[in-house]
Amino acid sequence: MYVAVKGGEAAIANAHALLADRRRGDRSVPALRLDQIVEQLALGVDRVMSEGSLYDRELAALAIVQARGDMIEAIFLVRAYRTTLPRFGYTKAIDTGAMLVERRVSATYKDLPGGQLLGPTFDYTHRLLDPELAAGRDVAEPQQRASEAEAMPRVSAILAREGLIEPDGDMPQDHVPGDITREPLEFPMARDIRLQALSRGDEGFLLALGYSTQRGYARNHPFVGEVRIGEVELELDVAELPFAVPLGSVRVTECQMVNQFKGSAKAPPQFTRGYGLVFGQSERKAMAMALCDRALRASEFGEDVVAAAQDEEFVISHSDNVQATGFVEHLKLPHYVDFQAELDLVRRMRAEHDARENAGKAEEKREAAE
Amino acid sequence: MRGQEARDQAQRKAVMATLAQSTGDDIVRLWNEAGLPSEAELLRGPETGLVTVRGRIGGGGAPFNVGEATVTRATVRLASGQVGHCYALGRDRQKAKLAAIADALWQDPALRREVETKLIAPLQAALASARERRRAETAATKVDFFTMVRGED
Repeated sequence: MYVAVKGGEAAIANAHALLADRRRGDRSVPALRLDQIVEQLALGVDRVMSEGSLYDRELAALAIVQARGDMIEAIFLVRAYRTTLPRFGYTKAIDTGAMLVERRVSATYKDLPGGQLLGPTFDYTHRLLDPELAAGRDVAEPQQRASEAEAMPRVSAILAREGLIEPDGDMPQDHVPGDITREPLEFPMARDIRLQALSRGDEGFLLALGYSTQRGYARNHPFVGEVRIGEVELELDVAELPFAVPLGSVRVTECQMVNQFKGSAKAPPQFTRGYGLVFGQSERKAMAMALCDRALRASEFGEDVVAAAQDEEFVISHSDNVQATGFVEHLKLPHYVDFQAELDLVRRMRAEHDARENAGKAEEKREAAE
Repeated sequence: MRGQEARDQAQRKAVMATLAQSTGDDIVRLWNEAGLPSEAELLRGPETGLVTVRGRIGGGGAPFNVGEATVTRATVRLASGQVGHCYALGRDRQKAKLAAIADALWQDPALRREVETKLIAPLQAALASARERRRAETAATKVDFFTMVRGED
């Protein structure tokens, strides 16, 4: 039962004013501009876009400032903003094979068409804090190397030529991609819907689950077939034009995880796959997503479902950090009436318990006396 | 005639792609330098909405929904009758309006050349050079493997 209780308006207004003050901090320190966040905290911006499920760098930067750097709060703000906008439609599916690649590595093939491109990576850095960065040192322009534009086919296509890997995931011909922003979750769910949920899922949650599969909970022997990061063009079919209208480009990260599979009654021994695709530059998230995608396909391959990462309802129901934080954090809101009811109940139970104890002790005394 | 129509559509699409990829600031600057007319009747927008971005399972399989992106669109009509459209990622309303006008002006045979040389060509050149620089910077991080010969033969 909910009972309306009034009060606290002034306290709430003052708390919000205090929040605004603390958010701004010391006024002698210059206020952050959104372009500084977009340019210099770019991966934080990418995380908010990915889990907020909205590609707009400036809005993500605004959300980060407004949330004082609390990423889940920022993601919440972006999700809420989305609901205020009309929807123009679904884009044509992006072609990651035609990506303007900024990074592309494969752990399965050394020499592959297009080569290994390290791009702007933290890999091979020494993870030593850099005092010069704190001092605001100037940064040199990056090196350039003239080269012919080379085609960069996805690694999965190379393995496919030998027939040793399952094909890209197909759905029935007349299947319309599901959309979790339009319809409630239903289990079991098709892989396309699962991928949508995973792509906006919490990076930490997916990372932990992916890690658990490596440690033996649903082990499936993964290799990074390929990680690629770069810009892909978007196109939208609209009624007023006879061709798909180009919208511009977005940066995405794609991971093709290749997994060993010994075969089953239904399928010959071959490599299977997990797939990750997320907004922005985030290979940790794309890799974790691919590990989870593969683990969640257990029943497709007749594997025993024995671990958390294979449990679709468990993984998908708990992967959304906006829902998770909403339910966990609501516990701190007033529950005075609920609690009073429980307090009454516990008092009554305690009184009954004590009465039983006392009656028992009295009985023991009487028996001892006799 | 059908071939000509297809070529026109491909060209118009390329013009719209260039405008969508370019920044609002670049479009405004070139527009002012070129002195292109900016009077047009707004039929729709500029208005911001969402598109849902689709990917493919495994890269080339069945489509699935990845997430949403902001898009701003505008539709304009010139006094001469041409109707122009713009859809572009982001929330830049002025860019959407100017790009829709540019699309309309481009459809006017008398103005097409001017729009192409003074607006589209410089935008395209800037985009191409930015893309080329990015490609060259990435290429500098390409791993050149070499084999270490150990011991004597």
